[in-house]
Amino acid sequence: MRPSFRFVTVLIALGLAAFAGPAAQAQDAPPPRIVIGAGVIEPMPIAVPAFVDEGGASDLARDLSRVVASDLVGTGFFREIPADAHISRITSFDGGVAFEDWKAVNAQVLITGAVSASGDRITVKFRAYDVLNGKVMDGAALQFAGTTAGWRRMAHKVADVVYSKITGEGGYFDSRVVFVSESGPKNARLKRLAVMDYDGANVQYLTDSGSIVLAPRFSPTGDRILYTSYETGFPRITLMDVGSLKRRTLEEQPGTMTFAPRFSPDGGTVVFSLERGGNSDIYALNIRSGQLSQLTNSPSIETAPSFSPDGSQIVFESDRSGTQQVYIMPASGGEGRRISGGEGRYSTPVWSPRGDLIAFTKQNAGRFHIGVMRTDGSEERLLTASFLDEGPTWAPNGRVIMFTRETSGGGGQASLWSVDITGRNLKQIPTDGPSSDPAWSPLLP
Amino acid sequence: MMLAPKALLVLAALTLAACQNPDRYGSGGAGGAGGMGGAGGSGGYIDTTGLGDPSDPRSIAYFNQTVGDRVLFAVDQSTLSPEARTILSGQAGWLNQNPGYAIIIEGHADEKGTREYNLALGARRAAAVQQFLISQGVAGNRMKTISYGKERPIEVCSEEACYAKNRRAVTVLSAGAGV
Repeated sequence: MRPSFRFVTVLIALGLAAFAGPAAQAQDAPPPRIVIGAGVIEPMPIAVPAFVDEGGASDLARDLSRVVASDLVGTGFFREIPADAHISRITSFDGGVAFEDWKAVNAQVLITGAVSASGDRITVKFRAYDVLNGKVMDGAALQFAGTTAGWRRMAHKVADVVYSKITGEGGYFDSRVVFVSESGPKNARLKRLAVMDYDGANVQYLTDSGSIVLAPRFSPTGDRILYTSYETGFPRITLMDVGSLKRRTLEEQPGTMTFAPRFSPDGGTVVFSLERGGNSDIYALNIRSGQLSQLTNSPSIETAPSFSPDGSQIVFESDRSGTQQVYIMPASGGEGRRISGGEGRYSTPVWSPRGDLIAFTKQNAGRFHIGVMRTDGSEERLLTASFLDEGPTWAPNGRVIMFTRETSGGGGQASLWSVDITGRNLKQIPTDGPSSDPAWSPLLP
Repeated sequence: MMLAPKALLVLAALTLAACQNPDRYGSGGAGGAGGMGGAGGSGGYIDTTGLGDPSDPRSIAYFNQTVGDRVLFAVDQSTLSPEARTILSGQAGWLNQNPGYAIIIEGHADEKGTREYNLALGARRAAAVQQFLISQGVAGNRMKTISYGKERPIEVCSEEACYAKNRRAVTVLSAGAGV
């Protein structure tokens, strides 16, 4: 099977005031609002009745509304009022909404939608209502058009809008995750690259398992992937075009190993580790010109570089102090200043897309943790603990982290997990088999 | 791809395909995944087919079993222990007497580390062995190094007894340097 993978073109029609519901009643209730990070949050009750089929959509209308609900409930910030508790039915998208019926079942937000399909195109429109105030939430009445095959993306877009309106944060549901799919016994593990929706759906394989592949990373536009491959017989960073699956080895210098690649925010530069004679340092490669520059020059191990979102700085790990610790240097290179200061070893730092936090792996007292700290190293917070957690990757909105968790022993296996930056909502991502090294895409265009 | 065509022909003739490919852990390589799976945790993971007669002191099998093809390391270390130096001195002596073999030194780490760091650590270990062998007169141009990080443990348990065997550098031979 030749995997194909193409982002679906989706048109967004904005400003559809015509979709606004009945005139708002005069009410004083505050609009639905969740502030992430502000202490323990009681999940907001929402109702997501099956979307209305406005022609040719059939089961897609219902399926789409299920994905919207799953996205929102999956954040841990919402709970869904089950359909069998609903008093009212939504049978017409433009019919009136009996707000008293939704209030009676304690729904604070009601999401209605309609889907129509023609050929391989579908159109999805939706409204999110502030039930207490009996009106459509500002900016939460939109229409999306796309392909039938890409219907889940439209559900994610609907959920992203609702999530954004209520939390004030960016969305992250309409995104992909590239990862390593694993099979075989621990001492002969087979690995191949795969990509899936953020929630584990729509898995597509990008390579076969003929050679070891490690730690893929998306480009800032999601159309290319960097990873480490043993395809040449030796570990080399490889650049793959996601659409065509064409790939090429970057910076092939005999006698060296290249690994731990990551894009710059503008997509034009790759930072990575190059090992020569046993010593690993960080280098930057201009993809177009091929110009290579050395950013660190130290007899210790320097690896896992990650740019700040503005491209001006690079966070990385080094064992120059004797153990792995996290440092920040200018993007042009240099000594760097250490920011990690607690007990144990700190590694695999990744700069949040919001710029405010660094996610990292920490090893201490025989356990592994995923944690976050501010960019000056303060306010360290450990989010997880297990036999082996490693390799955090940020959701596009900088509020959720995905990582690899591996179990111990001869039958030990890797799986993908996510947790939000407050340490809540820890959960496993459903995958077909053992999986590792997730890397989140940006929000899809 | 890493060997000259002429050398590859020689390899084919000698049916040493099992160790020609530096990525011998790739699923496609003979003596790769299948051989390792079959070996289980016994430590005898190298497919001995084509490695020659262990009683022939010039065979790869003899090198692997009698000279000793691997050295072990302490946690996070790439320093060669006195025991490791003894084994490597033996390797150097044998390699100097058997100049027809090309050498790939594999560095490995145990699972208690992050992926990228373990790759770098494995490379350090392989380089430490390479430097020692060079210091003992083995020609540098016969040797390549590769790190597998924590990707290819030889023992699979999650205890120090297994970790100690996984923190290793293995000297893998193939006929190819002017046999």
